Amino acid sequence: MTPETIDQIFVISKHWLLGPLPATLQPIGSAVLSVAPVLVVFPLLFAITTVLERKGLGRIQNRYGPNRVGPYGFFQPIADGIKSLTKEDIVPRTADQAVHFLAPLLLVLAAFLAYAVLPIGRNMVIANLNAGVLFFFAVGSMVELAVFMAGWSSRSKYSLLGAMRAVAQMISYEVPLVLASIVVIMAAGSLSTVSIVEMQAGYTSIWPHWFIFTPWGFAGFVLFMIAATAESNRSPFDLPEGESEIIAGYYIEYSGFKFALFFLGEYLGMFATSGLAITLFLGGWSAPFSFLTWIPSYVWFFLKLLTLIAAFIWVRGTLPRLRMDQLMNLAWKFMLPMTLLNIFTAGVWHFMPVGPSRWLVCTALVVAPCILLSRGLKQGKKLQMRTYRFAE
Amino acid sequence: MSPLTSYLLLSALLFSIGLAGALARRSAILVLIGIELMLNAANLNFIAFWRYGPNPAALTGVMFTIFSISVAAAEAAVGLGIILAVYRHAKTTDLDQMDSMKG
Amino acid sequence: MTVSFLILATLTIAGMAAAMGLRNLVHCVLALTLGFAGLAALYLQLGAQFVGFTQILVYVGAVAILAVFAIMMTQSAGGLTQQALSSSWVTGSIVAGAVFAVLAWAICSSAASPQILPSQPEVSVNQIGDALMHRFVLPLEIIGLLLTAALIGAVVLAMQEKREKP
Repeated sequence: MTPETIDQIFVISKHWLLGPLPATLQPIGSAVLSVAPVLVVFPLLFAITTVLERKGLGRIQNRYGPNRVGPYGFFQPIADGIKSLTKEDIVPRTADQAVHFLAPLLLVLAAFLAYAVLPIGRNMVIANLNAGVLFFFAVGSMVELAVFMAGWSSRSKYSLLGAMRAVAQMISYEVPLVLASIVVIMAAGSLSTVSIVEMQAGYTSIWPHWFIFTPWGFAGFVLFMIAATAESNRSPFDLPEGESEIIAGYYIEYSGFKFALFFLGEYLGMFATSGLAITLFLGGWSAPFSFLTWIPSYVWFFLKLLTLIAAFIWVRGTLPRLRMDQLMNLAWKFMLPMTLLNIFTAGVWHFMPVGPSRWLVCTALVVAPCILLSRGLKQGKKLQMRTYRFAE
Repeated sequence: MSPLTSYLLLSALLFSIGLAGALARRSAILVLIGIELMLNAANLNFIAFWRYGPNPAALTGVMFTIFSISVAAAEAAVGLGIILAVYRHAKTTDLDQMDSMKG
Repeated sequence: MTVSFLILATLTIAGMAAAMGLRNLVHCVLALTLGFAGLAALYLQLGAQFVGFTQILVYVGAVAILAVFAIMMTQSAGGLTQQALSSSWVTGSIVAGAVFAVLAWAICSSAASPQILPSQPEVSVNQIGDALMHRFVLPLEIIGLLLTAALIGAVVLAMQEKREKP
């Protein structure tokens, strides 16, 4: 069992399983065998993430998380699954029945479709599309429609308010998300996720060619992760679904399995966006050092994915929630100019000669606007005692 | 019937559905949606002719469609802004009631 | 006329007809979104990958959301009190039917249908970018100006007027 065999074991087993099938059934069989692992692995990862998140948040907040069900509470997802499957499915009488039913389906459909272009390992991508990254963003934009459908069809003020806020937040942060990934597309010269990863899979001595190890790549990664947190409605951007604000926001009228579907869709979206960040900036399935390439490629992908999930949980437990106008200011007045300047910096990086001079110039081009913009956003708002302004 | 003819008939049907909606509906937003539909039908026409036309390597059809999508999106934004401004003034989006230039 | 074309065409026509015919405005926009998705699938079938994904990204992800926001903001408290059809709907429908008849006659009797169908053209996004930067650079720049003007115009139009405090 050479390292290459272990690395390609899923590809080899898929070809072995497809062998006995007749030629007419080959395309369907190939599609089913490619898609089934994704449908199994990522919901399993979702189940593990729910319990990891609750225990992690608990520890950050100086308490235990769930620790009753199973060893140290790790069978909690089974209990949660049984609960949500057996709960009564209550639909409000004045709700729009068809749209109310279709909204979680559209959300989960859009979330699952996004995995089609993520390369999980070497030669392990479901669809090697020529415009892979564009497909990912197109599918991600369907999530906003599903959120609006959920909030509007419930015919309830809280859910409509939550849906409006959520959609406004998601479309505002979609622009920095796409612009932050355009830097990578520009540097790689291709929209195909497979070729972007292959471009990062080389090594100079032991250091990898990942895009995060460049000034514009690091800034792009940070901006992409902030925008991804806002796109998935996760804290600190979870005002549309904050429990202390408007109870549950746009999925307040959903119960039982549909609520679980919303939860699943949100987490799957988070995993998919993390997967895209790994593909664009962190080198996809390639190992961090050239002497570690004997570890299979899919193991590296999932290790990086788990690291990003841990970072999401850490940020959720640490930062307070942003208010709506602070959120919008951040998107339009800070992140949009930063991403545009990042594109310019990547262009400068490409045309300058290799050496320490381009590192200095590009780092200055990235850091200076960050400091100036954040100082400009804080201007006029001195931190002082809270004053009250009463309505007249 | 060749594939090109079937695509052209489909786009003609979509165009006339959009035209019927734009002419026969009362709400201003639906008129705008009808206009979007007509633009989409024209885009389908362009792509069909690009695919089955004499020179697909020149990419003219694809280019025109990309520009048409951007122009249509910009026009939808401005049109809906106008509808909002008119609604704030007249408190209705009913097109049959907007028949005077005064005000 | 393959089976996939028939299914997609039926889906698109059903969505668009529902978009123009339903009473509830939000249902109209959701049916319109279905029609846009059907059109995107037709573009993908014709081999224009970039255009198909751009259609989903722009139309389903942005224009549909814009339309529902506008519907939300222009709905009076009474709900669906107004009638659905305009006062001149008969003339409008006759005109639309006449337009379709003329177009269908022109299509079916034209000599533009090729007898030898060309093979599927392979277009990569590199070629589109190349064309945008060399042959179509002037339309690209003008589209940039147009989008900026539309952005500023839409913001100005929808902005609430500031009332001066006495």
